[in-house]
Amino acid sequence: MSFLRPLAGLVSALVVVLFATATLAADLQSLVTNLTTGGFGDRETAIGALAASGDPRAAPILEAMGAGNLYVRPSDKTVVIGNPDGKQLVLEDAITGKPAGTATEAELERVRVNNRLRGLIEETVGSLTLMSPDARVRREAAESLFKRPNPAALGALDAAIAAEKDGRVKAAFGEARAALILASPDEPKDKKIEALAVVRDRGDREALGVLQAAANNATDPDVKAAANAAAGTVRQSLATWEAAQNVWYGISLGSVLLLAAIGLAITFGTMGVINMAHGEMVMLGAYTTFVVQEIIRTRAPQLFDASLVIALPLAFLVAGVVGIAIERSIIRFLYGRPLDTLLATWGLSLVLQQAVRSIFGPSNREVGAPSWMSGTFQVGQLNVTYGRLWIVVFALAVFATLMLLLRKTPLGLYMRAVTQNRPMASAMGIRTPRVDALTFGLGSGIAGLAGVALSQIDNVSPNLGQGYIIDSFMVVVFGGVGNLFGTLVGATALGIVNKFLEPYAGAVLGKILVLVFIILFIQRRPRGLFALKGRSVE
Amino acid sequence: MKLGSIVRTGLVAVGLLAGAASGAMAQAPPIKVGILHSLSGTMAISETTLKDVMLMLIEEQNKKGGLLGRKLEAVVVDPASNWPLFAEKARELLQKDKVAAVFGCWTSVSRKSVLPVFEELNGLLFYPVQYEGEESQRNVFYTGAAPNQQAIPAVDYLMNNEKVQRWVLAGTDYVYPRTTNKILEAYLKLKGVKPEDIMINYTPFGHSDWQSIVADIKKFGSAGKKTAVVSTINGDANVPFYKELGNQGIKAKDIPVVAFSVGEEELAGIDTKPLVGHLAAWNYFESVKNPTNEAFIKAWQTFTKNPKRVTNDPMEAHVIGFNMWVEAVKKAGTTDPDAVIDAIVGVAVPNLSGGLSAMMPNHHITKPVLIGEIQGNGQFDTVWQTPGLLVAQEWSPYLPDSKDLIADWRKPMNCGNFNVVTGKCGGKGK
Repeated sequence: MSFLRPLAGLVSALVVVLFATATLAADLQSLVTNLTTGGFGDRETAIGALAASGDPRAAPILEAMGAGNLYVRPSDKTVVIGNPDGKQLVLEDAITGKPAGTATEAELERVRVNNRLRGLIEETVGSLTLMSPDARVRREAAESLFKRPNPAALGALDAAIAAEKDGRVKAAFGEARAALILASPDEPKDKKIEALAVVRDRGDREALGVLQAAANNATDPDVKAAANAAAGTVRQSLATWEAAQNVWYGISLGSVLLLAAIGLAITFGTMGVINMAHGEMVMLGAYTTFVVQEIIRTRAPQLFDASLVIALPLAFLVAGVVGIAIERSIIRFLYGRPLDTLLATWGLSLVLQQAVRSIFGPSNREVGAPSWMSGTFQVGQLNVTYGRLWIVVFALAVFATLMLLLRKTPLGLYMRAVTQNRPMASAMGIRTPRVDALTFGLGSGIAGLAGVALSQIDNVSPNLGQGYIIDSFMVVVFGGVGNLFGTLVGATALGIVNKFLEPYAGAVLGKILVLVFIILFIQRRPRGLFALKGRSVE
Repeated sequence: MKLGSIVRTGLVAVGLLAGAASGAMAQAPPIKVGILHSLSGTMAISETTLKDVMLMLIEEQNKKGGLLGRKLEAVVVDPASNWPLFAEKARELLQKDKVAAVFGCWTSVSRKSVLPVFEELNGLLFYPVQYEGEESQRNVFYTGAAPNQQAIPAVDYLMNNEKVQRWVLAGTDYVYPRTTNKILEAYLKLKGVKPEDIMINYTPFGHSDWQSIVADIKKFGSAGKKTAVVSTINGDANVPFYKELGNQGIKAKDIPVVAFSVGEEELAGIDTKPLVGHLAAWNYFESVKNPTNEAFIKAWQTFTKNPKRVTNDPMEAHVIGFNMWVEAVKKAGTTDPDAVIDAIVGVAVPNLSGGLSAMMPNHHITKPVLIGEIQGNGQFDTVWQTPGLLVAQEWSPYLPDSKDLIADWRKPMNCGNFNVVTGKCGGKGK
């Protein structure tokens, strides 16, 4: 019997352990169920209770809830975490973390959250994930603590700082700690003033927010003064960055204008055709992108990131072919009659718009951004979005290619020859009608390329082109008709001026001021910034 | 634009007959119903859907045996987003087609342009969109929300539930945002918000480059006080605006945006994942769960043969308006405008958000107000709603010009701007 005794002890110990985990699981069960019932107020309490339980499952459950991924399965009332995978959701039992099959969104009931709960969850999860093994998660935790300082988390944060090895995370922890100290009413004065310096050195908008809140809430006059001084320093450095930011925004707007105008610079600038349907070529490019993405989404989703690259040549072809068709069927009969061309192409633009509206419907179409175009990065206090950066790069690339094409290829040579002196070019054996068609096709094709880029920042709707036609003409006229380089300078200059005026004058007045400026400028220099010289002018 | 609309009108067939009565119904001529919504131009994005919903309602009514024993017939015209053309087309509907009622208009400026026509020819107009108020007209029935049925409750929600202290009022530069923001500014000041905590910003129609304005909002929001944006931005400009918010990392937790003109239809062109938690205030959301709404969504998706087609607030307003008109015609026993105007006040029909909406003597209807948060799937989750239905205040009590005015189109008052101080009809603001 004696050998059985330790066994019995083992069994009873096992039973106790099993029982304990069972009660724990049961506790977690009720805590989690509380998350899914009652009004938003009750759920607030439930979130606090779940976080206080210290259960390792609390963080993933709360994170899923904050992200809107927590569901209740109506069939068996289980709470599940759903991770989207295509059209299905891959389910995971919230309490055990084990896989629980798949379901569609319609079969489940989502646990509703509002902004308040989302904020509370971020705050709570922030203090729960301070010790996460993933450095990125720890930094995010520090960030959310900084934005929503919760003085109760100070103890946990101190422990995390002591254990932290990664220098960058440690710095982020230090900033969060300073924010917590500032937010807590009972920290001593000298500690608060120390904390102010830490937040000040961070120097961004969030830091300014924290400092200003500290200045507003401070009871001690010294702390208040120090907070105000620190906020002043941050504000000053931000003002400098703001100027840099406006320049960047201006360049970004300029690149969009350049893309929209560069095709026009060819058709209007070198051929002298007032093409009011130019905007519609841009629109066709954008819709081509949409169609390409739709096909990729249904046939080959893995190619999605390459969708824009695939769309580029197609958009060029579609818009270019339509352009050549327009030139051959309408514009060639109207050379030398600018007013007739204007009316005909204006009518044509309406026809194209309504055609697209009939085919694709009047509502906006969604064109997604590939992963390499989404997200932002920081340069000092400057926020640069990848999408905008790529558009600037793309605009410059298109510009450079076009320059090369005009300067270094036979086609470019013919184009320049025909636009400079048609009868002479014809006498030299150049087939001028063919060159006309190709030039117009080239200009339209480039508008199509612009459409691919604009689909990323504007609405893909039948009216897309209308918004750019006036601006494009403005850029070409301002830069100097017939001069591509002028278009580049004109677009950038107008972009930057616009962005500097906008914060002071507002968007509406800013636009008016730019227009007035251009009118005055054209009065002084009718041929624009970079006037063509020589015989070709006549 | 004028040139454009002339060309476009030429292109678009003027009358499109839908649900034409079959030869068997020869005994009585059909009752004509005019639909005055832009099918081309900038507003086509929003208004085309309303034309479709009207066609569906008329078809359904005909299946139920028509009205007064006669079939209904839709007369569709296209005013092409061109405001003067709205007036021309309204005249055409009333004089040439002799329609019994017109359902139409979206922007306030289009409504203002048709008002004199309806007054002169004594027609009936059902206007389905939320608007700035400050108007009540004998021939018009406003089935959309007045500011107190949308803007004011939304601001109250932010103030009470999200503890917002600083306000950005951003809008498109035309009459609806300007008037609404005037009312909101007066209301906020009344609530003790300091002038330096209010920022007002206007942008042109179709504004597409939001970088510096969003940066400005971010800057305004970093003053250590909870900030929110109240957006009356209209139409196409919303998509780049929301995209830019996402780009610059403005989350709803930090600076929530509450919009009055962004519905399910507008969200259809955007990836809403970065926008989760931003708000909208309406009187109806597609996500509202009740049998009437579910039946309506099903009927709509079957009618349009598109299982993904969304529904929105102005559509609901047309549903209510059409049903009210049908009830009023039954009650009056005729489609004569004067009889219908007398009969319709007090008519109550179910709305799709759950409840009965009634036509009040000021020609506005009672509505519940819902605040919804944008979800990742492009729908709204209702996070708050008024306990009951609100009566519209067509004349805002917060503006000095209109605070003494009331509208009552019942006899004997029969006045849209009665001044309670002077006791005379025809106060300021008319």
